[in-house]
Formats: sequence, C-alpha cells, structure tokens
Amino acid sequence: MSTDTTFVTRSHEENWLPILQLAVEEVFEIMLGSRVKPATQPEHQPNGELTAMIGLAGSLCGILTVRCDTKTAFQVAKSMLGDAAKSEEEVADALGEICNMIAGNFKNKLAGTDERCMLSVPTVITGGEYSLHSLAEGNSMEAVLLFEDAPIAVRLQLQS
Amino acid sequence: MGKIRALIVDDSSVMRKIVERSLRQAGIDLDKVVEASNGAEALVALQNNTVDLILCDINMPVMDGLEFVRQVHTVESAKGVPIVMITTEGSESHVVQALTAGARGYIRKPFTADQVKEHVVPVLGSKS
Repeated sequence: MSTDTTFVTRSHEENWLPILQLAVEEVFEIMLGSRVKPATQPEHQPNGELTAMIGLAGSLCGILTVRCDTKTAFQVAKSMLGDAAKSEEEVADALGEICNMIAGNFKNKLAGTDERCMLSVPTVITGGEYSLHSLAEGNSMEAVLLFEDAPIAVRLQLQS
Repeated sequence: MGKIRALIVDDSSVMRKIVERSLRQAGIDLDKVVEASNGAEALVALQNNTVDLILCDINMPVMDGLEFVRQVHTVESAKGVPIVMITTEGSESHVVQALTAGARGYIRKPFTADQVKEHVVPVLGSKS
C-alpha cells in the first residue's frame, strides 16, 4: 500500500498539531463530557502504563498512540460508561475506542485525506517497559493534554 | 413507536454499551438488546433473534460492517430491517458504500444522543 507523497509533504509543511489537539478535545467533550486542555508544563508527561495504538494506511501511513497511566485510563472508562469499569479489559477497550475515534476524527479534518486513509482495529499495550520501533519512522507530533489534571499523550507518527 | 428490539454490532463492548445508552437517551423504548462483536456473529445472532433495528460499526475483525450489510438479506427474518452505521469512517465513499449496500443511516463517531435520535428515529418501524 503506497503513501501519497502529497500528504507526506503536507505533514511536513503544515502544522497539524492544532488539528490533532482539536480532534482529541472533541472526542473527550462529546464522548466523555469532559474538557481537556493542552499541558503547558514540560513535566506533564504521563507514566505510560497503558498505550492504545491504531494503524493508518493509504494516503497517510503511520500509527497513532494514546498513552496514560492506569488510574487515568480507569477514569476515562468511567467517564465513557457513566459507571466504574468492571475489569482491566473494559478499561483497555475504552482506551482503544478513544484512540480509534481520535484517529478517525483527525483524518476527517484533513481535507482530501479521509477518502484514501484506512484505520486498523485498535491494539492496547499494558505496561510501560517496552520500546516501540515503527517502520513508519518519519514526521511525528505529540499532543499532551490534561484530563482531570492527569496527562494523556497522543502521538502521531507518519511514514516519511 | 412501540418497544424496539435492537441488534448492536461493534467489536468494542464499551461502545456497544454507549450505543445502547444513547438509544435510551434518545427516547427509544428498548425491549431487548442483542449484541455481536463482528458481522459474522451478527448474522448468527439474527438467525436466533428477530429485531426491529440494527446499529453497526464498520471497522471490525472477521467480517466488517459493510460486508455484513451486503449479506444481511440472506437471513430471512432480517430482510428490510433498518440498519444504521455508527463508525469512525467518515468519508463520503464509505457513506455511499454503506447506503448502496442497504444501510438507512450513517452516524460518525464521536456522536451525541441527539445525533442518534436524528438518524435512528426516522427509520424505525419502516421496513424497506
């Protein structure tokens, strides 16, 4: 599956970070009824105990990840469900869906991208002791947002 | 509008719960909710359950939502039952594919209960 060079060029030339942040903010506001705001302090980096990831293929190739600590992930699931999550599987499921909706919402906002960009089903990694080596090494951006004062990192890594 | 029996198809159990809650918030009186985690499971579920409404994701393992919509007519009791897609896939081509295959509505995630009401209520009780 080939990557459209137009979009690769655009990802370098245009600042997509505000679009990514907006995509995150909308998902949290609509699905969780919560406002998230960009973290301003550099120390606001989540302890990545849970990482949800989704692959993009087509006009945009890469991966989008959502990373936070376990307590925050449980809080995200509670806000989505309106009740406490019953298991770690349910928490992982909720974080995976958040990742899915952010990726979909982001690509829907990029003119011309959505028609030719497909998403994988989400995968969720538990535990922070891992290294991620992606074949999609290239342009990347990360938005760290505060959800109920806890940081959540959303990273988009595109194939160069 | 009487009590509704709904089939919700999504690979996320959390999303199935949210869709059910949104239907109730939209004022839809649910009699029974059947769940399936992909299109193939949904076809089996329809052989054992009669429903009035189907809400279906697109990106799912085993059998995706578009293929499910194409095959749903093979289940006699499901013929004409309105199907509304609820998905992150928001492109025009996905909408056209879904509607061409037989879906009656299309909701993009993230969604509100008002959007569910707007797209689901008009198709209820209107077997095609």
